[in-house]
Amino acid sequence: MTIAPPVVRTAPPGSNNAGGSGSVSWMAWPALIAFTLFGVVPLLGVLVLSFSSWTGQTTDIPFSGLDSWRTVLADPDLPHALWVTFLIMALSWLVQTPLSILIGVFLAARHRYRAVLAVLYFIPLLLSQAAISITYKALLDPNFGLGAGLGFPFLQQDWLGDGTLALGVVVFVVSWQFIPFHSLIYQGGVRQIPASMYEAAQIDGAGRIRQFFSITLPQLKYTIITSSTLMVVGSLTFFDLIWVLTAGGPGGATQALAVDMYQRGFKANLMGPASAIAVILVLVGLLLALGLRRLGGRDQADSQLEGA
Amino acid sequence: MKRRNFLTLGAGAAASAALAACGTSGPAGGGGTAKAGEASYWFLSGPPGESVRTGAVERFNKANPNSPIKPTAFQNDAYKDKLKTALGAGQPPTIIWGWGGGGLKSYVDGGQVEDLTDWFGQNAAVKDRLFPASFGPATINGKIYAMPAETVQPIVLFYNKQVFADNNLTPPQSWGEIMDLVPKFNAKGIAPFSLGGQSRWTNMMWLEFLFDRIGGPSVFGDVFEGKANAWSNPLAIDALTKIQDLIKADGFVKGFSSITADSNADQALLYKGKAAMMLHGSWSYGIIQAQGGSFIKDGKLGYMNFPGVDGGKGDPNDTVGNAGQYLSISSKASAEQKDIAKKFFTSLLDDTEQSDWIKTGGVPIIKGADAKLASSPDADFLKFVYGVASNAKVFAQSWDQALSPTAAETLLSNISKLFTQSIGPQQFADNMNAVIGK
Repeated sequence: MTIAPPVVRTAPPGSNNAGGSGSVSWMAWPALIAFTLFGVVPLLGVLVLSFSSWTGQTTDIPFSGLDSWRTVLADPDLPHALWVTFLIMALSWLVQTPLSILIGVFLAARHRYRAVLAVLYFIPLLLSQAAISITYKALLDPNFGLGAGLGFPFLQQDWLGDGTLALGVVVFVVSWQFIPFHSLIYQGGVRQIPASMYEAAQIDGAGRIRQFFSITLPQLKYTIITSSTLMVVGSLTFFDLIWVLTAGGPGGATQALAVDMYQRGFKANLMGPASAIAVILVLVGLLLALGLRRLGGRDQADSQLEGA
Repeated sequence: MKRRNFLTLGAGAAASAALAACGTSGPAGGGGTAKAGEASYWFLSGPPGESVRTGAVERFNKANPNSPIKPTAFQNDAYKDKLKTALGAGQPPTIIWGWGGGGLKSYVDGGQVEDLTDWFGQNAAVKDRLFPASFGPATINGKIYAMPAETVQPIVLFYNKQVFADNNLTPPQSWGEIMDLVPKFNAKGIAPFSLGGQSRWTNMMWLEFLFDRIGGPSVFGDVFEGKANAWSNPLAIDALTKIQDLIKADGFVKGFSSITADSNADQALLYKGKAAMMLHGSWSYGIIQAQGGSFIKDGKLGYMNFPGVDGGKGDPNDTVGNAGQYLSISSKASAEQKDIAKKFFTSLLDDTEQSDWIKTGGVPIIKGADAKLASSPDADFLKFVYGVASNAKVFAQSWDQALSPTAAETLLSNISKLFTQSIGPQQFADNMNAVIGK
């Protein structure tokens, strides 16, 4: 379901002859063909469907002009779903980014015990989202879950039955699963920072905290942008997790765009409006990805390493 | 996931979520259209129904080796998605297993299924042995598009006899008594009613009964017939207000809106004595029998029809639920396949299949099936179900099955909001009036 925008690196003119003789543009063909077949063509299909009133059950597709778009745009559920999607996106970014950077920096140092910890930290990433959701759902069950079993009063909340708490649980589970992934990215980013910078800072008398804020963070700028793009665009497509945990409930409190799209398309048999929401999802994703690239400025191709 | 597949647990949810996540395709290959001289038949997998369905097909194939039926079983949600894809692609199976009502109507509107009215006219014997009420959901615009089959499943008010006895209380005979019981159970730390509210259709059963008991069958009947503003009927508003009163009085177990029926946690609350009562489908009996240890054997499970509402217009003998399951014939099938399917229909619910269903705790939709129930170890419950089904003047179909998929989805999402009290009765009625007839 994920329709992530292609990461296109625009090479400076004249530099595409790396390696010497002849053009290597043919190397782009396999990826381009695959992307067209499995990315662009279905996308166009969805765009076409958004102008239909197809139920998904007939072999012919009746077209109805802008009806689906009118229905979707006039529906108060759409701004609500957009708001929920945005909340999940913003909150999960706010939780994940600082923690991922800290864990990434911690794991970047080369100690054996940290390598062992790194392996443990990555376990959540290996589990399927549906399995994680089922597990958390069982743990948070108000009558047979952790809270009831252990008798801790603070665990005995109506975790998935209260709108605000349910949204918090979704953000927590998302973060729990994806912090390891983003830590991995930051770990790689930190390891690329030349040690000489830290040595120079040490000679100048900078402490660890000062080094972190003056060297590590600025040097991680592009890593942060990469990681944020993945988080933000990825959060648009959260579906399985929400579907299994709350099914969009209680009372629509966790009804994100992707859930709304599924319910309209496959539960209510309204493929037209569902396709219109899919198109909106793609547009929002593209805009966010472009916006985040802008944040990085125009010098992305330049090296941030000293001496380059 | 629906109630019919009650023994499927988390694995089903995982499979369906994974399936949903990657699109629509079910198990690949083997499109619905079977070879010439062979009819295909898709139905739901999982106990207890799958083995009974497979058994019926095997007996048919043994008797008709030259025109066999090729059965394929699917898990509930996978089945719905796969069937939808197959219909959209023009490759449905010859025999389509379904729930009748609004879903069947969407096939009829798409020209996907055969009109069986004439066939039933010529084969009165096939029609006359079935419960007349079972034909309601098979009838669209006055024509019959499906063969009623399998079992009848009314919604029943279950209660824990032990909990009532321990607290010197008696099961409620009216809505007023229900409201009186609520504070008494809450004071003892026992939830009055168990409810798997996240599944949404579980909440809907409450509305189905309240609408019927307060206003009679015509209140929802008006909605079904597409009359404008039918949800704003004062009797409907009264029912919606009453359910919110019950929620406000903590009538349902704490955290009910995060409990799913698939996990059977709602059933566990009842047989573990954490809740006193539960409104649920008759299939719950099988679940409690399988998971509740000796609860049923010890005679602790009580059951009754939903009580009346004081001053209500409805008949307390009426019931709601599934009046049967429904088999339709694809209009895309060849003439030969259609003949096989019709021949198969006449072989359904023979004596062997009837006793197979009775063994699973189901009551076959056959007139006089009660004579066969006595020998079952669950005779008391089965006779009760037979009595409810045969005494009901109105056996209403579950709303989400009766309405079109589009209206049903809006209904369920608004019910979820009504039960979390994020909207009131008036708002509910307004939201629902907007999709009447859609």
